[in-house]
Amino acid sequence: MYLHLAHLGVLLALLSAVAPLPVRHVNVGVRLAFTLLGLSGLTSAYAGGVGMLSGASLHVVLPIGLPWLHSHQHLDPLAGLFLLLVGGVSAVVSLYGPSYVISSGTDSASARALAIFTGLFVAGMYLVILAADAFSFMVAWELMSVASYFLVAHDHAQKKNTDAAFLYLLMAQAGGLFILLGFGVLAGIGDGFTFSAMQSASLAPHWEHIAFGLAFIGFGMKAGIVPLHVWLPQAHPAAPSHISALMSGVMLKVAVYGFIRFCYDLVGTLHWQWGMIVLLVGCASALLGVLYALMQHDLKQLLAYSSIENIGIIFMGLGLSFLFASSGVPTLAALGLLAALYHCINHALFKSLLFLGAGAVIQQSGRHDLNHMGGLLRLMPITGGCFLVGCISISALPPFNGFVSEWLIFQTALQGAELESGVIKSLVAVAAAALALTGALVAACFVKVFGIAFLGKARTEDMLRSHEVSAGMKWSQALLALGCLLLGIFPTFIVKSMQTIPIALLGSGLDSMGANTWLRLTPISIRASSYGAPMVLFGICIAWLGAYILLHPRRRKTKVRFSPAWDCGFGPLGPRTQYTDSSFSQPIRRIFRPVWHIDERVEPPTPEARGGRYILHIGDWAWDKLYVPLGRVIQRSAKIASKIQGGNIRIYLAYSFFTIIVMLWIVT
Amino acid sequence: MNAWILALVQTTLLLLLAPLLSGWVKWVKCKLQSRRGPVPWQPYRDLAKLMRKEMVLAEHASPIFRATPYIVLSVTALASSVVPAFAIGLPTAAIADVIVMVGFFALARFFLSLAGMDIGTAFGGMGASREVTISSLAEPAMLLSIFTLSMTFDSTNLDSMVHFTLTQPFHIYPSFIFSGLSLLLIATAECGRIPIDNPATHLELTMMHEALILEYSGRHLALLELASMLKMLIFGVLITNLFVPWGIALAPGVASLAIGTLSMLVKLMLIGVVLAVSESVLAKMRLFRAPEFLSLAFVLSLLGMLSHVILEVH
Repeated sequence: MYLHLAHLGVLLALLSAVAPLPVRHVNVGVRLAFTLLGLSGLTSAYAGGVGMLSGASLHVVLPIGLPWLHSHQHLDPLAGLFLLLVGGVSAVVSLYGPSYVISSGTDSASARALAIFTGLFVAGMYLVILAADAFSFMVAWELMSVASYFLVAHDHAQKKNTDAAFLYLLMAQAGGLFILLGFGVLAGIGDGFTFSAMQSASLAPHWEHIAFGLAFIGFGMKAGIVPLHVWLPQAHPAAPSHISALMSGVMLKVAVYGFIRFCYDLVGTLHWQWGMIVLLVGCASALLGVLYALMQHDLKQLLAYSSIENIGIIFMGLGLSFLFASSGVPTLAALGLLAALYHCINHALFKSLLFLGAGAVIQQSGRHDLNHMGGLLRLMPITGGCFLVGCISISALPPFNGFVSEWLIFQTALQGAELESGVIKSLVAVAAAALALTGALVAACFVKVFGIAFLGKARTEDMLRSHEVSAGMKWSQALLALGCLLLGIFPTFIVKSMQTIPIALLGSGLDSMGANTWLRLTPISIRASSYGAPMVLFGICIAWLGAYILLHPRRRKTKVRFSPAWDCGFGPLGPRTQYTDSSFSQPIRRIFRPVWHIDERVEPPTPEARGGRYILHIGDWAWDKLYVPLGRVIQRSAKIASKIQGGNIRIYLAYSFFTIIVMLWIVT
Repeated sequence: MNAWILALVQTTLLLLLAPLLSGWVKWVKCKLQSRRGPVPWQPYRDLAKLMRKEMVLAEHASPIFRATPYIVLSVTALASSVVPAFAIGLPTAAIADVIVMVGFFALARFFLSLAGMDIGTAFGGMGASREVTISSLAEPAMLLSIFTLSMTFDSTNLDSMVHFTLTQPFHIYPSFIFSGLSLLLIATAECGRIPIDNPATHLELTMMHEALILEYSGRHLALLELASMLKMLIFGVLITNLFVPWGIALAPGVASLAIGTLSMLVKLMLIGVVLAVSESVLAKMRLFRAPEFLSLAFVLSLLGMLSHVILEVH
């Protein structure tokens, strides 16, 4: 039943792609498309939520596709959670979209293109989650990738954007190929393309390792783990902001969904080696992601690097879960999985929130460089307030949601004593320390973002022209901010309702969850650890109230005088005396120097720049040392291969003829 | 219900004791350096005076600037209700474990750094930048040494950790020595003491915490000063009670609570002396020497963790 509702969601998304085509007036068309998209989001979110809570697995075969392979569709708790996520975020984005697109002043043709590809993109994500056979999965996956390619290339007047889109398409295709091969291994041995046939396949361990490796690279490329992340910081800033929110907030989660589905459900047996690989790659992604984010000065690029970091954290949770599953401790494996899934939800919420906020700022001021911003909180109080909530949540600070999932990962890692090998035990503890370092650096990064963009004095005139955005854009940000707060304060409900997922995948939930109240989250036992998020919020409020009541009688007696900030007696302080983005991150840049490819120099004074010029360029080692040489190798081999290109049709016909002969020979 | 009242009493007591500890440290330090020095209760007078004074606010201070002192103090006060100070078995201990407590300090620091950047002076930005840099190095070292302890105790709940030491037969674990040393180093960094930061300085090039609160005055400054004194007290109580918990009250009762309070005071006086001695013999480091200091702390925590895994687990 709910599966049909989910299909209704897909249909509505497809309808939103085509509905605005016959509408003549562009604004009406845009509004229509986003209304349909919002409805489809709500429908899917509802279907997904019910599917997750019920714990049942629904299955249906649609008469679409090849005659011998109809499209299998399913909705189980895991699919339900991700459907809820995609649907929920698309619904919020559809609230934000109309005024954003209309006030960006897009012309009718490009607004239509945007609507078409947004609808297809969202429908593709739904279909990936609902697919229950490799064929439907791959078709939906490619729909998602190709539609999002057009969205990244939407603003194609700038060469930077088309380059980013091309790189994205290239890597999405390469990743898709790996996933296809991974499914091929399972389908070949399991004798069937349906997921149920793959589950029942009995694989030899080396085939399991091969399948895992292919899936890890394929899904990892889409999720953006280091070093397969290079497309991400280029593609996300290129797309319109509401699309960036969808791509960063949800599309990366769809890749995580694929990985979880592949490993837990289809392969079934989890090996400790996979756990180590996933944990270490997760650590590397988290740390490098945040260190690179710290050095960015383009707001959206910074957020994109921070997505890499969050994907790293999710993979750390999954890695721990693999390790515990292979050691035969299913409750802790369930805890790791739940922590990773919780972080998926959290990241979807706060990263969409931050991208929507960034979109509002960029739309109002026309600037996307942090060094040009400043003082926006006074001009855009609601956007600023919501952005602050996003910053606190992403920095994993209590009582907001980011803290809960990182706390759960810490709790999982601290149960390392249950593992067998001493080496793994100490590595798990060090991974926990790496997570702590990540958390602290994220806080540093988002202090920088908020402090430079929203506080202080405006660094350019453009900032002063900004004002608060329209109602739809405000509401969508406020909704996401509220979500961040609620998920932070009531983690017990969320963890309890997600229990169905590890029960379905690992056959075990958390034992201790039945005993506790909504006040306290106790993942292992009340003796071991507890986190009473509602009480934390209550305690902060009480303490605040106490301080206020104590000081209030004095408040009336002591005067408050307003004066300019202290300038050391050197005359008025201008906006240029403030700390900039690069000066803020300078100590960290100096401490972790080898992490980046830094090009830093001071040019001598010229007539235009009398004080000289300070130039700082931060390059990505992965790009410079891995992708550029790889590109060169490919180009060189392409040149060699191009020798067979005669330019004469007869030669090509001969090639085809011989190919067919060889193929026939192989087949027979 | 009684237990909740006891928790409230503990929070109030720690809040009231906090200025005394920093006054005590200052007094001992002055004696060690053959100076007369202010009386140990001088910080109370300073706070009272700041409360009474007129407040000067920068013209374009945002609401964040005005809310920060309250947030910082409330969060720190909440942290003080979580640590086992003179009794264990308090209901507040279940609200937050040690990881959440580190989170509280991070939240306070987040807002303090934002407030520093709010006015748009170079000092605030400088302070914020240095503060987040130092803390991002100190926090992982701190959590790693705490993880070592909690793997021994099989708990991150501070109450259970202290309870474990008290109820198990006495035993000196090698990993505790490393973690304890590391935690001492980190506590000096977190509380902004010499050799990382100097609370007495107002020299542009060296200040960190002082640069952040430079624009504050009057009652806002009083709240922030109180919060930073309270933070030092919490670290003192935490370190002494994690490693030397004896004396703390196991069950509520007038006699045991009195012993608990008295032993807490003695421990705090002793750790105050240790701090004063170390501040007298050490000099403040350059900013870029601080990472070396903190990586020493990290290596010590790592050694603690490794010795736990290699030697103590069977």
